Amino acid sequence: MIAEFGLACLWLAASLAALQLVAASLGQRAGGETLASVVRPAAVVQALLCGVAFLMLLWVFARTDLSVLLVAENSHSEKPMIYKIAGAWGNHEGSMLLWVTIMALAGGLIALIEHRLPERTMLATLGAQAFVGLGFYAFLLFASNPFARISPAPAEGNGLNPLLQDIGLAMHPPTLYMGYVGLSIAFSFAVGALLTRNVTPDFAKVMRPWILGAWIFLTLGITAGSYWAYYELGWGGWWFWDPVENASLMPWLAATALLHSASVLASRDALRTWTIMLGVIAFSMSMIGTFLVRSGILTSVHAFAVDPTRGTFILALLAINIGGALVLFAARANTIAEGERFAPLSREGALVINNVALSAVLGIVLLGTLYPLVTEAFGVRVSVGPPYFNPVSAAFVFPMLLVLAVGPLLRWRRDRFARVKPAVIAIAAAGLVVLLAMWLIAGLALFPLLGVSLAAVVAVAAFLPLQGRSLKRLPLPVWGMAIAHFGVAVALFGMSVDTAFTVEKLSAAGVGDMVEVGPWQVRLTAVEPVAGPNWTALEGRLSASYKGGAGHMLAPQSRTFWAPPQTTSESALLTRWNGQLYTVVGGATQDGRWQLRLWWKPFVTFIWFGGLLIGLGGLLALIGRVSVDVRRRVATRRIAARRAETAR
Amino acid sequence: MTAAFKPKHQRLVLVVLALAAILAAGALAAWALKNQASYFYIPSEIVANPPAADRAVRLGGMVRAGTLKTSPDGVTMHFVVDDGHGQVPVTFAGIAPDLFKEGSGVVAEGHMIDGTFVADNLLAKHDENYVPRELQDMSKQQARQTVAETK
Repeated sequence: MIAEFGLACLWLAASLAALQLVAASLGQRAGGETLASVVRPAAVVQALLCGVAFLMLLWVFARTDLSVLLVAENSHSEKPMIYKIAGAWGNHEGSMLLWVTIMALAGGLIALIEHRLPERTMLATLGAQAFVGLGFYAFLLFASNPFARISPAPAEGNGLNPLLQDIGLAMHPPTLYMGYVGLSIAFSFAVGALLTRNVTPDFAKVMRPWILGAWIFLTLGITAGSYWAYYELGWGGWWFWDPVENASLMPWLAATALLHSASVLASRDALRTWTIMLGVIAFSMSMIGTFLVRSGILTSVHAFAVDPTRGTFILALLAINIGGALVLFAARANTIAEGERFAPLSREGALVINNVALSAVLGIVLLGTLYPLVTEAFGVRVSVGPPYFNPVSAAFVFPMLLVLAVGPLLRWRRDRFARVKPAVIAIAAAGLVVLLAMWLIAGLALFPLLGVSLAAVVAVAAFLPLQGRSLKRLPLPVWGMAIAHFGVAVALFGMSVDTAFTVEKLSAAGVGDMVEVGPWQVRLTAVEPVAGPNWTALEGRLSASYKGGAGHMLAPQSRTFWAPPQTTSESALLTRWNGQLYTVVGGATQDGRWQLRLWWKPFVTFIWFGGLLIGLGGLLALIGRVSVDVRRRVATRRIAARRAETAR
Repeated sequence: MTAAFKPKHQRLVLVVLALAAILAAGALAAWALKNQASYFYIPSEIVANPPAADRAVRLGGMVRAGTLKTSPDGVTMHFVVDDGHGQVPVTFAGIAPDLFKEGSGVVAEGHMIDGTFVADNLLAKHDENYVPRELQDMSKQQARQTVAETK
């Protein structure tokens, strides 16, 4: 019953989306006010229905109702409750339901609270949101029904991949999806603005908080995903340029560019066409990412050809949504009036360079991700990995970081170099000192060397825009910018230092043996068998002391799950302010010793602290924007009330 | 320069700038990809045409049964990777992925040094049914045969 109820809610939600699309299209005409008035309620009710459907899926997973095919295939009665629930979105159908639900919630949210734009533009926006939504409802209902039954029900489920049985799974996909799908709002706004020829600074101001929201979730989702891969996969790496990772990076790059160009449009009424274009591209990247991850094409072009239903479906959705939006863009772009002018040396000029560089990196990542798929279709197997991605993207990211350092110091419209000269000299000096010191003392390789120096440049430059301003009166968005830029410096510092100074030690140790890695002395004190709810493990007991200090206990495990039968390494980490000790225990050798793999990773945690800071900066900016807006709305209401009173 | 741009010119300048950057990115990417084109090797290819020792490449094939040995240090492994047409010895110092075993497919990252493939990393497999993407073709045409031959 529960599953059927969930499915019914989904069908109802889909029909409401159809209603929303029709009403929004016809309601634009004269005399269509009645039709137009159902658009917003339709969006809100649709969101509620999707929410209920999603709760129903969680319910069948929590109860391990094995008569539901998805549960039988992906869950197991002996799994801990948290992974039963998180397992609901750890598979194709469940994650597509999560996607549709978030999309409906986003649409419902703008329908409920967004009243700043002309109603015509809002109708077009909600119509576009419904149009995109309908495609995904169709995909869910016809090609990936999460509520399908299986008869007879099996006695036990297949279980969930042990690598996914981690708290990371509970957090990572929902966060990332909120970012992915949140960008659909920017897409719909862009389409709505194009349809109603309403590309104005007001439009950008309305769009900006929504972009910010999606961008914050994307930032946090990528940060969390990176940390999860780092400790769960047990290789000590934090970014692999895996296509699935690239699929999340590409929307982030587009959204970052969009965020900055929208702020130019909002503040200065320039970059109108470009901002609309980025609004379309950002969500297109989300959809391309979904296509890559969900179609099976990454496993192999041939795997895709074997069961092409889903892949073809998403490909068709991609073609219709992206193609349609681009055709609309091409048709309407020259009707968008030219925005305000600006000099090359100005805040706008710097932001244009930032946007161009981000777009270039986006293109590089996209090309590198798709290239192996294209060559494979022609029968040539190619891997594209770090040797391609690292240097080629750095060629654009490093110059962009220099512009990031100077840009926020420049005035809007036009500026003189003489005015910012002292600041530029200070920034450059900081960078050069670090560069020389690191080169002469530590003898770093080129990329870590440039990375550390640029981190110093950006870190110093991040707070220069606050100079000479009253910190109390400083608007929150300016704080947000400074903190987010500082976060970039922190993350870059972590990446560079980790790359340059990581010490790795691999050895076979008997119980009682001491292994040195960097400043650490690690002693294997025991190896014990332990058991969890659905696994057994061999646990290495390690005592680690930093430079001869007190011993800390670590217990890495080699776990064996029985549903499905699989072995995983559970790393154990010891975090200090200046880095992490990363330990993995492997199998036994023939002479009774144990394989130990130890890393000392100086300042590696700064990578994720940086990511969190970037997200925090975004959050501050969002709070600032929203509170100004709320205050303004309260003030207008008060003035209106006072006028009404005096008129009486 | 400065604010003297006519509106149309400004748009033109921006478009030209963006195009130039994107072309530069495209050219750079194409050049780098061209150098990457032979990044993945199977044993018969790597033996016939070994890459320079300083180039990081990937090698994929089947671990031939009976060739897996561990050095006395307990962490260095030696094995032979085979594609049915050629074979290459591989050494790897590290903890092998959980599902690494004789007779199964493997993708190794590393360098070709004096006829031996020195692996820095064996790509971990996410489940027991996983076949490295690059071996998909092989798994259909050759892999079963390869495994049968090398068993």
